[in-house]
Amino acid sequence: MRAPEAEWLGSLAVSRLQVVSGKGGTGKTTVAAALALALAREGRRTLLVEVEGRQGIAQLFGTEALPYEERKIAVAPGGGEVFALAIDAERALLDYLQMFYKLGSAGRALKKLGAIDFATTIAPGLRDVLLTGKACEAVRRKDKAGRFVYDHVVMDAPPTGRITRFLNVNDEVAGLARFGPIHNQAQAVMSVLKSPQTAVHLVTLLEEMPVQETADGIEELVAAGLPVGRVVVNMVRPHHLDEEALRAAAGERRAEVARALSRAGLGGARRGGLAERLVEPLLTQAAEHAGRVELEREQRGVLEGLGLPTYELPLLGAGMDLAGLYELATELRKQGDEE
Amino acid sequence: MTAGVSAGMTVSAGMTESTAAPAMDTPPRLAVDALLDDPGTRIIVCCGAGGVGKTTTAAALGVRAAERGRKVVVLTIDPARRLAQSLGIDSLDNTPRQVAGVAGGGELHAMMLDMKRTFDEIVEAHADAERARAILDNPFYQSLSAGFAGTQEYMAMEKLGQLRARDDWDLIVVDTPPSRSALDFLDAPTRLGSFLDGKFIRVLMAPAKVGGRAGMKFLNVGMSMMTGTLSKLMGASLLKDVQTFVAAMDTMFGGFRTRADATYRLLQAPGTAFLVVAAPEADALREAAYFVERLAADRMPLAGLVLNRVHGSGADQLSAERALAAAENLEEGGIVDQESGKAGLRDSDAATPPLAEEPTRADENATVTATATVTVTEPDEGATDEGVTDGITADEITAGLLRLHAERMQVIAREQRNRDRFTSLHPEVAVAEVAALPGDVHDLAGLRAIGVRLATG
Ligand SMILES: Nc1ncnc2c1ncn2[C@@H]1O[C@H](COP(=O)(O)OP(=O)(O)OP(=O)(O)O)[C@@H](O)[C@H]1O
Ligand SMILES: Nc1ncnc2c1ncn2[C@@H]1O[C@H](COP(=O)(O)OP(=O)(O)OP(=O)(O)O)[C@@H](O)[C@H]1O
Ligand SMILES: [Mg+2]
Ligand SMILES: [Mg+2]
Repeated sequence: MRAPEAEWLGSLAVSRLQVVSGKGGTGKTTVAAALALALAREGRRTLLVEVEGRQGIAQLFGTEALPYEERKIAVAPGGGEVFALAIDAERALLDYLQMFYKLGSAGRALKKLGAIDFATTIAPGLRDVLLTGKACEAVRRKDKAGRFVYDHVVMDAPPTGRITRFLNVNDEVAGLARFGPIHNQAQAVMSVLKSPQTAVHLVTLLEEMPVQETADGIEELVAAGLPVGRVVVNMVRPHHLDEEALRAAAGERRAEVARALSRAGLGGARRGGLAERLVEPLLTQAAEHAGRVELEREQRGVLEGLGLPTYELPLLGAGMDLAGLYELATELRKQGDEE
Repeated sequence: MTAGVSAGMTVSAGMTESTAAPAMDTPPRLAVDALLDDPGTRIIVCCGAGGVGKTTTAAALGVRAAERGRKVVVLTIDPARRLAQSLGIDSLDNTPRQVAGVAGGGELHAMMLDMKRTFDEIVEAHADAERARAILDNPFYQSLSAGFAGTQEYMAMEKLGQLRARDDWDLIVVDTPPSRSALDFLDAPTRLGSFLDGKFIRVLMAPAKVGGRAGMKFLNVGMSMMTGTLSKLMGASLLKDVQTFVAAMDTMFGGFRTRADATYRLLQAPGTAFLVVAAPEADALREAAYFVERLAADRMPLAGLVLNRVHGSGADQLSAERALAAAENLEEGGIVDQESGKAGLRDSDAATPPLAEEPTRADENATVTATATVTVTEPDEGATDEGVTDGITADEITAGLLRLHAERMQVIAREQRNRDRFTSLHPEVAVAEVAALPGDVHDLAGLRAIGVRLATG
């Protein structure tokens, strides 16, 4: 069974909440940020939120730690704006208590007793309701003129292993808080999360474990009725030589390669000459490359079997910086428009 | 100053081979075989940031130690499916199974941790049947045992304690849970322990206890307001679940803390060796550095750093810049063939120095392989290779090879910078290097290959 199709860039009815998950370290934060930039086109405004208290966004944009407050952190090409917010569960809970119960001192007392700690760190469902609740509030928020304050909210979400549980707060909370405002809040959150307003994207690398996790994650999301968006294959390395060329190079054309190296200014092509001695190690590297290409092909096959639209982002060899982020955003736009 | 490997804390004196006067910038080499062979080594803990190769390293150390004659058990956590299958531990029964196909005089047993089951077992072992049932059925317990931050770490420690207590193995190799921070392994159990033991819990069950004391009257008022608020907020049912859970667990809390403390002490004992695993990436090495400092602060014995997935090149005398320039030359196709056998060519860039003709060590090896395995036809003087025999010209192939090489050299340079940063922070930490294998590691052969690199890298 397929999840409801999420809309994407270039389409008029784009999902307003875009959740980015994936195995740890595959590039969730990077892709979420690039996506927020990509969506902030033609004067649109996006909000990039993080929920794990790691200040990953601040690190990526090279700014100081984000307060619990929405801040403009980037301007997209074409004048769109990206705001960012690091949602803090404890603060969200205190705000929440304040809002509903006007609990000034009692809130502090709760905090002192470790109740806040308890509620946010210990009861996982509760914490998740607060985090997703804040994100959904931003999705729904309107200005005085009745327009949405943010065209899109992009969430740098928890990793694949926890994403379904995280988003499926309803089930989680049903076991814990069966009545009361938290329960109601959970219901309100679920009505956004399970609608086509939301798309959950999974970031992966072309390696066995992240791909496997992606497949498992999609299955879980679908089973929970959460809308799956796209698979984003990150850190894709360029392929320089196909296997056929490599076989030829390693076999009958070895001497030609040595001569080509020599012609390119890299020494003598005769046996023992510099160019000739480069051939073997270069071929070894190329064989490793070919092996990897083969593994990547396998993993691509697995991903294709998932039947979801896929984006590919290149590995930026020089490492990540702001320029790289804009490059990835441009790439996402391009692929979104082509879709 | 961190005292990561001060004399009292190293696992054994022979741990780090002091290669004759190592240069300031080369860290001492970690003598893995000496560590594995030392009967005094009873526990090896593999820690590190997410995805760096902790599970692979733990399994490879297990295989190598077993094949060198020790009776080993490896506790893996969330191993990749294929690896678990090939070790025969893909059934989740939460107890070690002997691994078939291990050569040599030792034995390898392996298991993968089932955290919920481990938690359930503790409950079952420490409460009578009725009380155990009440706990296991409690929704709050179920949520806690299935996925609570820190439960996995706590249960890994717990399992380690159990394996050690059985005394069936002379070496236990422990993998640690995939968490972004290596420190979680040390911190999470305490966090969970302090929750199970914490102020809030006591307050929840307190009314009877605290109410007695006159001075606590005030607190009691606050308490009822607080529980009132909490039940409004979360619904009375959650609070009731927690209270029931707490009451049922009451007798066990002390046990949790005691066992957590005992395991923590076990980690500080001389038979324990921590290996910090890191990829030569900035993030992973930063984590590794934190971890090294933390081990020192907690007086836990660090054996060294396993630098995993390191890239190398047999042609490292050819720089990325020169390789790229040469590739461009070939792709432009502007080069006319010429006399081979000479280093200097007419188009060679004056700004790039000619390659040193003295072969480096890697280069010598490469030459040996090349001449041993390949018949190199003597280049045909003056012949051009521009013919498109296989649909791709030799120049195109060669340009591809050179671009690949340039990429590799860039990776190597970046990795070296990251390593240098770590070494300058912790020059005393011994290092074992493991090359990046071209494919995944998912069977005994792969683990052996990693083992060899661990021991010789
Ligand atoms: N396309 C890319 N090219 C080069 N480097 C990348 C790319 N994408 C991500 N990275 C780098 O990979 C590392 C991990 O990326 P990132 O922090 O975004 O991952 P993550 O999934 O959010 O990790 P975590 O699970 O720890 O939150 C970072 O150092 C980042 O700069
Ligand atoms: N030296 C190596 N060469 C090639 N591949 C490797 C090497 N070491 C590990 N791998 C591969 O990298 C992947 C991650 O390794 P592993 O599962 O051991 O990491 P981990 O630190 O245990 O990850 P996690 O934090 O998710 O538990 C696996 O697919 C493994 O096969
Ligand atoms: Mg992140
Ligand atoms: Mg692991």
